Amino acid sequence: MTDHTIKAFDSDLQDLARMVAEMGGLAEKQVADSVDALAKRDTALAQRVTAADANIDALQHEIEEKAVNTIARRQPMAVDLREVVGALRLANDLERIGDLAKNIAKRVIALNGEFPPPKLIRGVEHMTDLVLEQLKTVLDAYGRRDVGKAMAVWRGDEEIDAVCISVFRELLTYMMEDPRNITFCIHLMFCAKNIERMGDHATNIAETVHYIIAGRPIGDQRPKGDTTTIALASRG
Amino acid sequence: MSVASFTTPTPTAISSPASAERQTEKVSIRDLDFFYGDNHALKDINVPLYLNQVTAFIGPSGCGKSTLLRVLNRMYDLYPNQRATGDVRLDDDDILSPSQDLNLLRAKVGMVFQKPTPFPMTIYENIAFGIRLYERLAKSELDDRVKHCLERAALWDEVKDKMNANGLSLSGGQQQRLCIARTVAVRPEVILFDEPCSALDPISTAKIEELIDELKEDYTIAIVTHNMQQAARVSDFTAFMYLGELVEFGETTTIFTTPSDRRTQDYITGRFG
Repeated sequence: MTDHTIKAFDSDLQDLARMVAEMGGLAEKQVADSVDALAKRDTALAQRVTAADANIDALQHEIEEKAVNTIARRQPMAVDLREVVGALRLANDLERIGDLAKNIAKRVIALNGEFPPPKLIRGVEHMTDLVLEQLKTVLDAYGRRDVGKAMAVWRGDEEIDAVCISVFRELLTYMMEDPRNITFCIHLMFCAKNIERMGDHATNIAETVHYIIAGRPIGDQRPKGDTTTIALASRG
Repeated sequence: MSVASFTTPTPTAISSPASAERQTEKVSIRDLDFFYGDNHALKDINVPLYLNQVTAFIGPSGCGKSTLLRVLNRMYDLYPNQRATGDVRLDDDDILSPSQDLNLLRAKVGMVFQKPTPFPMTIYENIAFGIRLYERLAKSELDDRVKHCLERAALWDEVKDKMNANGLSLSGGQQQRLCIARTVAVRPEVILFDEPCSALDPISTAKIEELIDELKEDYTIAIVTHNMQQAARVSDFTAFMYLGELVEFGETTTIFTTPSDRRTQDYITGRFG
């Protein structure tokens, strides 16, 4: 895209995009670290994740401030306006992803000392791999303004929802097998739900990227694989 | 914002035909070309002015916006070597017809200029003068009409105690509202604003914009402005012109959020030249 006549406007928008990308990188690391801490029951790592969430929150505030200043000073129109509004939305979603990672880390700290069989956690790890891939791809789509990649993420959330259901079923089985697994499995269920929510935020980001580029929301109904509540309820 | 706003922009992008379909064309401009001598200033312009709507014309200097306004009340007729071809209609009335009664046309199509142009006479006479040209009213009726026009122009409260003061003694913003009152006095159907706020401070500008919003209930309005935010604020429809051509016309919200044509986007986002 051609540059603005006013060069400072270009740098305002570039700064915003850079801050969002930085926030995305931090969020990705938090997600990976939190699940890593869970898998290894690494309380120290979990504590570092909890503390690092403040950095993401601070970056969100900076992005909000930059966006508001840009609107006030530049009165952006059309694609520029979508860039600024998009940055606000992306910062919101990334901040929520950070919170969810922090929540997982807190559960690891709460589980201090429990060492259940490693097979229990495999499903959650698999979900995390999927969500991290989604997050990486959608941030890449934002960086490259690639609407095709964003749409791929948008459609890919269905698989995460489906895996989440199967993880829930698996954890239920372990709980029924041995009541001593219950505490850990309940924590894992919440972790799984958190990861599934991260996937939803990745989908939101995909929608925002589409909006920034195309100027309109995605029209179609997103495929939904999440029927968790109904699936569990029907199993009694 | 509708999906329909993403239609292919050929030859002039109509950004949201769905909404335009609900409008009545007060002025229709078809296949309009305009020449200053050999200079082809407007090229095949097709654009409507919808009834009781505000249409903004934006574009860089020299793109033909003001020329287009000057066609609508045949202002160009005052100058030699200027000619327009095409079909321009006010309702069914052929504006370009050689037999067009220009005085009547200019009463129907009023104009407010960039610089306030009050007559060097009293505030009262500034309004009454035009009315007397077209109507014979009793003194009390004339007084009422003058008051009504000043009220319509949101100026009455500020001048009611000094109706005999010279119009030129008013501030710039008041003078511009006096000119609007004078335009309204002859009961036009269409009002053309050519950069009405470019010489005014922000408070006077806000008053004029508020006024335009009120006036559209009774009149069809076209406004030429270099201030894009102003176009976004006051208009219902926006036309972007460039080098004598109409590049894109559509609902204002669409033009300023998701224009179809790259040139429109570059212009409104400040990426031109």
